[in-house]
Amino acid sequence: MADRGSHDNWRARFDEAPKRRDVDFVTQSSAEVEPLYTPDDLDAFDYDRQLADPGEYPFTRGIHPTMYRGRLWTMRQFSGFGTAEDTNERYKFLLERGQTGLSVAVDFPTLMGYDSDHVRSEGEVGKSGVAISSLADMETLFDGIPMEQVSTSMTINGPAAMLFCFYVAAAERQGADISKLRGTVQNDILKEYMAQHAWVFPVEPALKIIVDMFEWATEHTPHWNTISISGYHIREAGATAVQELAFTLANGFEYVEHGVARGLNIDDFAPRLSFFWDVHNDFFEEIAKMRAARRIWARHMRERYGATKPRSWMMRFHCQTAGVSLTAQQPMNNVVRVAYQGMAAALGGTQSLHTNSLDETLALPTEDAVKLALRTQQILAYETGIANVIDPLAGSYYVEALTDRMESEAEAVFDEIERMDGVVQGIEHGWFQRQIHHSALRYQHEVEQKRRIVVGVNEFEDSDEAQLEILTVSDAPAEFQRRRLSELRERRDDADVERCLTALRGAAEAEDNVIPAMLDCARAYCTLFEIRHALEEVYGAYREPVFF
Amino acid sequence: MVKKADRPIRVLVGKPGLDGHDRGAKVVAAALRDAGMEVIYTGLHQTPEMIATAAVQEDVDVVGLSILSGAHMTLFPRVRDLLSEAGRSDVLVIGGGIIPAEDIERLEGKGIAKLFGPGTASQEIVEYITSWAESRGE
Repeated sequence: MADRGSHDNWRARFDEAPKRRDVDFVTQSSAEVEPLYTPDDLDAFDYDRQLADPGEYPFTRGIHPTMYRGRLWTMRQFSGFGTAEDTNERYKFLLERGQTGLSVAVDFPTLMGYDSDHVRSEGEVGKSGVAISSLADMETLFDGIPMEQVSTSMTINGPAAMLFCFYVAAAERQGADISKLRGTVQNDILKEYMAQHAWVFPVEPALKIIVDMFEWATEHTPHWNTISISGYHIREAGATAVQELAFTLANGFEYVEHGVARGLNIDDFAPRLSFFWDVHNDFFEEIAKMRAARRIWARHMRERYGATKPRSWMMRFHCQTAGVSLTAQQPMNNVVRVAYQGMAAALGGTQSLHTNSLDETLALPTEDAVKLALRTQQILAYETGIANVIDPLAGSYYVEALTDRMESEAEAVFDEIERMDGVVQGIEHGWFQRQIHHSALRYQHEVEQKRRIVVGVNEFEDSDEAQLEILTVSDAPAEFQRRRLSELRERRDDADVERCLTALRGAAEAEDNVIPAMLDCARAYCTLFEIRHALEEVYGAYREPVFF
Repeated sequence: MVKKADRPIRVLVGKPGLDGHDRGAKVVAAALRDAGMEVIYTGLHQTPEMIATAAVQEDVDVVGLSILSGAHMTLFPRVRDLLSEAGRSDVLVIGGGIIPAEDIERLEGKGIAKLFGPGTASQEIVEYITSWAESRGE
């Protein structure tokens, strides 16, 4: 055991010494931290119970015995803009430069289930992602890219099942064996209500469709991740690291409970659940968050839900560096932020990573900016040595103490959620939304009062900044999409379209699994909005609780 | 607090378009309220028509718009035009979001008085509105 007296001596000398820095010593989440951590902070430390070796329950040190010795994390840059043709070209550019997986960003109309020619889509088509209104667009998006071989992540939530059906149908057209498809749809509707707000249906039917996906994919696309339970957007909307951790895990438990309530075997669907974390600026807090997340998930899945397969206990996750941490002022500084954040993700044991581009507070990234972001990951992976040793920060007094603290703070949030009768009640009463808003306000106050320094924004400002070249997306994609959709509506078999949409409505009314009928709609070239509209007639639409 | 006709400045904070990023809009709304203004927040996914109608009905002095989806060139001027068509060209329209510099110039040419980018202190927005209201009162 350590000699406590020696720390008392240090404490006395520390307290006496002058301290010239008048700032708050807090994490990015405003949690106070000690100036020094010692063996005293790990009093009851038990290696086997709290850490265990990598690949062993509770997986604090990582889910694989080999981690990056076996294979590096997947470098997966989220991208999409303009038409499917434009984005197809960008994907080929990235794959040729060593990217190892695709990640599809769709535009806002697609995120909300509107076709490019819908009145609500005006001004938005192809602006912040690629426009996908039907199977035809998906076929173009993957033209010349073998869908049986690439792994594809699609950030889509409200209409996730619809885009998944377009993807499966496009793979069928390529002649792929769909049981070999690998990838992820985000499909995490609970965090949409909490933070990202791209919803379509009310909470209960939305959850029902997600469980339909679990059920269908388990049988037909067993390598597909049916959901990516996401803290990213919760954090970006203002949450602290602990709120991100706790709300996301609570959402994960909610999905598990809905799957089990359907009568699914937890060990059939749990291995395909995946997670997605934000990596913000506070290096150690982020690493501790990821280690705590793995441990909490494993413990709850095994002890509370009785899952028996180790794969059901393992939390696999993707990370993205924090978009909200980037500054429009002195944007070159963002390169440095992203590099540190990427390093934290790797030290936290991520399975895949997106590094943001330096110009993303100004517009969608240029090709050069994306390339630099990808090179940042390659430098991390190949030059820094961090991928040589598994979980190298284990045993650090600070990192272990912070991991323990974040776990116990998350547990306290779970208790609070239980007292309000669960996640769905909390969403409908706006509890989560308020918590996130309050954290965003606190952060803003800290910055404006200069209690928190943001380099280039409230300190070390430059008055004569050079402007960056940025990417502009014209209105040409909107025009192109309108034409393509009207040709599609001419070309396809109207009777078949009508029959498929009627069958989909029927399946929804009968409370059957809607995926087979939806897949038929995709194959018949029903558009995204037609599918959305058919289901909306049965399920209705979500209404937001408005407050600030 | 600067008043015109003995009432606080009334502001409608609106989210036109489909993007769900409301962190900035809500932080600004709260800051304006804390500065003594009366603030109405529309909620997400509004059409320009919904925002202009609400602004007229609520008889606001200022409309603040936030977009992070890239649709600002279409939707910001539409709100401005609808307000003018409704006889409310006196309403100050300002905006914020992910807006490139050249678009800022073009929007200012289309009657969006001021665009606030990422990193703007909310106090700067309060001061802008307050001094606009003062000059209007003269």
